[in-house]
Amino acid sequence: MSLDLSSVLSFAHHSDAGMVRNHNEDAVYVIPRLGVALLADGMGGYNAGEVASGMATALIGSELERILDNGPLNPFGPNPAEAAQKVLIQEIGRANAAIYQAAHSQPQYSGMGTTLVAALFFDNAVTVAHVGDSRLYRFRDAQLAQLTRDHSLLQEQIDSGMISAEDAKLSHNKNLVTRAVGVDPEVEPEIHAYPTQAGDVYLLCSDGLNDMVGDAEIALTLQTLSANLELAAAQLVQMANDNGGRDNVSVILVRVLQAFPAPRGWLQRFLAWLK
Amino acid sequence: MAKLILSMDGLVLKEIGLTKERTSIGRKPHNDIQIDNLAISGEHAVIVTILNDSFLEDLNSTNGTYVNGQPVKKHFLQNNDVIELGKYRLKYLNESATGAAAADFEKTMVLRPGALARPPEAAPPAATRTAADTHAGMPGLATQAGPSTQAGAASAPPTPPTFAPAAPAAAAPATTPSMVPPTQPAPVAQSGIGVIQILNGASAGRELELVKTLTTLGKPGTQVAVITRRPHGYFITHVEGAQFPVVNGKTLDAQAHALADHDVIEIAGVKMEFFLRT
Repeated sequence: MSLDLSSVLSFAHHSDAGMVRNHNEDAVYVIPRLGVALLADGMGGYNAGEVASGMATALIGSELERILDNGPLNPFGPNPAEAAQKVLIQEIGRANAAIYQAAHSQPQYSGMGTTLVAALFFDNAVTVAHVGDSRLYRFRDAQLAQLTRDHSLLQEQIDSGMISAEDAKLSHNKNLVTRAVGVDPEVEPEIHAYPTQAGDVYLLCSDGLNDMVGDAEIALTLQTLSANLELAAAQLVQMANDNGGRDNVSVILVRVLQAFPAPRGWLQRFLAWLK
Repeated sequence: MAKLILSMDGLVLKEIGLTKERTSIGRKPHNDIQIDNLAISGEHAVIVTILNDSFLEDLNSTNGTYVNGQPVKKHFLQNNDVIELGKYRLKYLNESATGAAAADFEKTMVLRPGALARPPEAAPPAATRTAADTHAGMPGLATQAGPSTQAGAASAPPTPPTFAPAAPAAAAPATTPSMVPPTQPAPVAQSGIGVIQILNGASAGRELELVKTLTTLGKPGTQVAVITRRPHGYFITHVEGAQFPVVNGKTLDAQAHALADHDVIEIAGVKMEFFLRT
C-alpha cells in the first residue's frame, strides 16, 4: 500500500562493458514505483567485481522494496528525510557485511568490493547515499551540478590543493577510491538530501562516464534529449565509448515530471491507500 | 615505476628510479640526485611521488627550474617531460602511463584509509579529511587478482525483474594507449563538417552547421529528431513525437540511422538536405 511514484518519476538506465574491458563489473537496479535507483561499480579479480556490485544492488534493492512496500516512510517526523536516510544507512551496512563475509569466506572473492550510489525519491526530495567514486548529478535550469563528492585519492588531492581540477584529468591515480562497500567490516556511506523540482533530471553514473565525457557534453545531452530519457541514457554511454570507452560505463536517469509530496492528511492517506 | 634520465649535452649520465616519496635534487651531497655544478642551487628542486603521479617543485633556486622550456614553480609531471636545471636535463618517463600497463592501472582499487603515507608538504591542514584518513602507514592497496579470463553474468543473489545485469560486450583492443582528454569533442574522422540546408517552407535556404555533438531538429512536443556527431560520421535518431523522421523517402525506425552526403531528411513537414562541407 505504498505510494506509486511511477507516474511522477520517469526512469531510464543503460550499462555497457565499454570498448576495452571484456566484462561488465557495473550493476544498476531501479524500482520506479518506489523511487529507488542504485548503481554500483565493482572491483576485484576474475568475476569478483561483478559479484560485489551485483550483491550490493540486489541486496539493497530487494530490502528497500520489502521495507517500502510494508508501509510508506513516515512523513510526520521532524525531518521526513531522516527516515529515508536511516533506511539507506541500515541497508548499505547490511550489504557491506554480506559482501565482506563472502569475500572472507570464499577465496575466489577475496578482496572484492564495490562503489555505490543510491538515490531514494520521497516527499519532494531525493536522499542520496554514496561510497567511492560513483556519482549523482542534477540537471536543473540548464545547469549540471555534481551532488556527490568522490571518495577518492584524487578528490583528496584536489581538496588539499595539491593538484588542480584541470590537472586531475591527467592523473594516473584516478582509479583509487578511499571508501568501498565490502572491503572492511564497517562502511560509512556519505548521505545527503536535496529538495527536488518538477523538471529536474538526476543522473547516477559510474566513473566510466565522467572519466570519458566532459560535463559540458553531459549537460548538452540532458538538455537536448530529456524528452526521450532512454535515448539520453544510450547517448551518454555511446559518447563514453566513442571517446575510447576505457572502462565499464553505466548510467541511470531519473526525471521528475511533477511534485510528489507524501500524503499527510487522513483523507490523503486514505486516498493513497485506495490506489 | 616512473624514472628520470639525467643527461648533459646529449650524453646520458644516470638513470634514477622515482622509488621514494621525496626525491631531492641539488648541488649539496645530501640530495638524492646530486649535481655538482655551480649553476645548481644547494637544494634546487624536489620531486614528490604519490603512487603513479609525480610533482616537481622548485625550491626557490637561484637559476630556476624549467620544464619543456618553461620556467616552473610547481609542475605535475607528464610522461616525456624534460626538466632543465642549468645545463643538465632530466627526462621524466612514466611507463605506467603508456602501453598495455595503462589498462590494468585503471582498474579501480581501494585505497584503505591511512594506507598512504603523505609527505608533510603535500597535505596542508586545510584538507578536509576524516581523522582516520590521516594515519600514516605502508601503502596497502587491496590486492587485484589476475587478469579477467571470461565474461559472464554476475552470479549475484536473488535477482528481481528490475535487476539489469549489464550485458558483457565483445572485447575490443585498446586503440588509444594514451589518456583521452574527456572534454575534447570526438574528432570526425571523415572529411568535412556536416551541414543541414532547409529546402522548403519559410526558412528555405537556411543552413545549420552540425558542430555540436548533438543537434535537434523539429518542433518540441510535435516531432523532434537528433543528429549526433560521432567519430565515424553523423547519425539521425528519433527523439519524440508519433511521426518518425523520413530519410530519402523512407521512414526510419527507432534505431540511429547513418547519414550519407546529400541525404534528404523530412521532419515535421520540413524537408532538408544533409551534406558534408570540406
